[in-house]
Amino acid sequence: MSKRFPPPHPPPQAGEGDRPPSPDAPPKVELRDVGLRYFGRDRETEALKGISLAIAAGEFVAIIGQSGCGKSTLLSLISGILRPTGGAVLIDGAPVAGPSRKVGYMLQQDYLFEWRTILENAVLGAEIQGLDMGKARARATQLLTRYGLGQFLDRRPRELSGGMRQRVALARTLVTEPDIVLLDEPFSALDSQTRLALADEITEILRRERKTAILVTHDIGEAVSMAERVVVLSRRPGRVKSDRPIRYATPDGARPKPLAARNAPEFNGYFNTLWQELEVHVEG
Amino acid sequence: MSKVEAAMTYAGESPEYRAWLAQERRSRLTVRGTQLALLLLFLVLWEVLPRAQIINPLFTSYPSALWPTFVSLIDSTPQQAGILWHAWSTLLATVIGFSAAMAIGTAIAAALWWWPALYRVLDPYLVVANAMPKTAFVPIFYIWLGATLSIYGMSLAISLFVTVLMIYNGFNGTDPNKIKLAQTFGATKGQILAKVVLPGSVPTLIAALKVNVGLSLVGVVVGEFQSANLGLGYLIQYGSQIFKLNIVMTAITILAVMSSAMYLAIASLETAVMRRR
Repeated sequence: MSKRFPPPHPPPQAGEGDRPPSPDAPPKVELRDVGLRYFGRDRETEALKGISLAIAAGEFVAIIGQSGCGKSTLLSLISGILRPTGGAVLIDGAPVAGPSRKVGYMLQQDYLFEWRTILENAVLGAEIQGLDMGKARARATQLLTRYGLGQFLDRRPRELSGGMRQRVALARTLVTEPDIVLLDEPFSALDSQTRLALADEITEILRRERKTAILVTHDIGEAVSMAERVVVLSRRPGRVKSDRPIRYATPDGARPKPLAARNAPEFNGYFNTLWQELEVHVEG
Repeated sequence: MSKVEAAMTYAGESPEYRAWLAQERRSRLTVRGTQLALLLLFLVLWEVLPRAQIINPLFTSYPSALWPTFVSLIDSTPQQAGILWHAWSTLLATVIGFSAAMAIGTAIAAALWWWPALYRVLDPYLVVANAMPKTAFVPIFYIWLGATLSIYGMSLAISLFVTVLMIYNGFNGTDPNKIKLAQTFGATKGQILAKVVLPGSVPTLIAALKVNVGLSLVGVVVGEFQSANLGLGYLIQYGSQIFKLNIVMTAITILAVMSSAMYLAIASLETAVMRRR
């Protein structure tokens, strides 16, 4: 994985969530006063307004907010498939000019192509990006095997359960070896047991691979259990309403797995605080 | 769900399940039997009514006359070529017609997908062109294109516009999230077309092909009425002019067999493709 050389002096960005690992390195992902308006024939819609965020390498951040607050739009901006109408999005200190190999994006559903086998689906991104297909297939096979899908490589998506399909989608995202993984409510289409189990699994995988992860969800429990930091967006136009670290006291100081975090004493406190922050906007 | 079904079957068939299977088989046989009975009834009436002079045999011929007529026409029809040669000519024109309609129609649909503004401009013209009775152009095509080409032209014209509209709708109906997925990997428009839109529209392409086979055959036969000296359409026209209904009915029967065979071929292609999904 080639790393871009950081620019000599990134402009200092003062923000409440600005916690880079070292003062010199630019944040992995940075949004500076980002705004986005959608234009329709009848009206324009301001989806996001004045969003400033800095996310450090290896950080796992959850962004929560009510539906329609622009959470998914934020991910589209970071992934480069949308351009902001105001402000700037930077990755490793460089402005985002379009989709890049550094960013992997997991959508709300798996969207596996029913005409491709599981393995062919997993290497889709590599194929589009023109990577070495031999290596991509080897890596996809390795990932799928690790996720317990080794004997399904030549099957079709419809033969797999929802949780298995979402694991294929994760493999598809990770085959191209992105540094940053964007997760857009990746469990919303799953039943609740699968959801919890898969949240555990995916969080572990992303931490083990030291990915920078940005999870968008409207599920407070999911955010608090998975992420190290939760950003609350206000109703449309989405603004940063709050930004707080989530910490759990564990004997070994290690971050608990999401399922264990749900039983930690701190969980309810965070949950209630965030719940209130979201609730305010229902009334306001 | 299939796993559940499989598990239940392996667990041993209950008497209820066997009874249900038998019931299913009976109802299938009843349908097939009724279909066969209807066909037989039709043939018997066709044979008996003219022979009893209830309808004029001059107008209808008899089913029993078809086979002898066919055999006698194998070597030569009154118009030199054998009947199989006529049938081959019609079949070839039809295959060329629907193949061209599929190729050109897919290309046009792709262009319309690629440039949405083009679609917005052409939309009303396509709708009108599709609604036009294309057979009205048979005499004009004969003048413009000559005897042979006008048949191919009619076959193409009659199936092209509906193909364009069907395939364009298929392309346009591609799940936008699948396109978004490709975009997150940085896919170009060409890659989106080749890797998402086209493979995702295979069921639509097959549906268009099914429609086209029938339409192209109509185009060819109508074209042959006007301009050919070869082909089943021509044979029908000729036979009716000299009041040889044996020839007409034989040619029509061959057409029926031909279109059924092409339809079945495409249906089995469809099954083969769908099994891979």
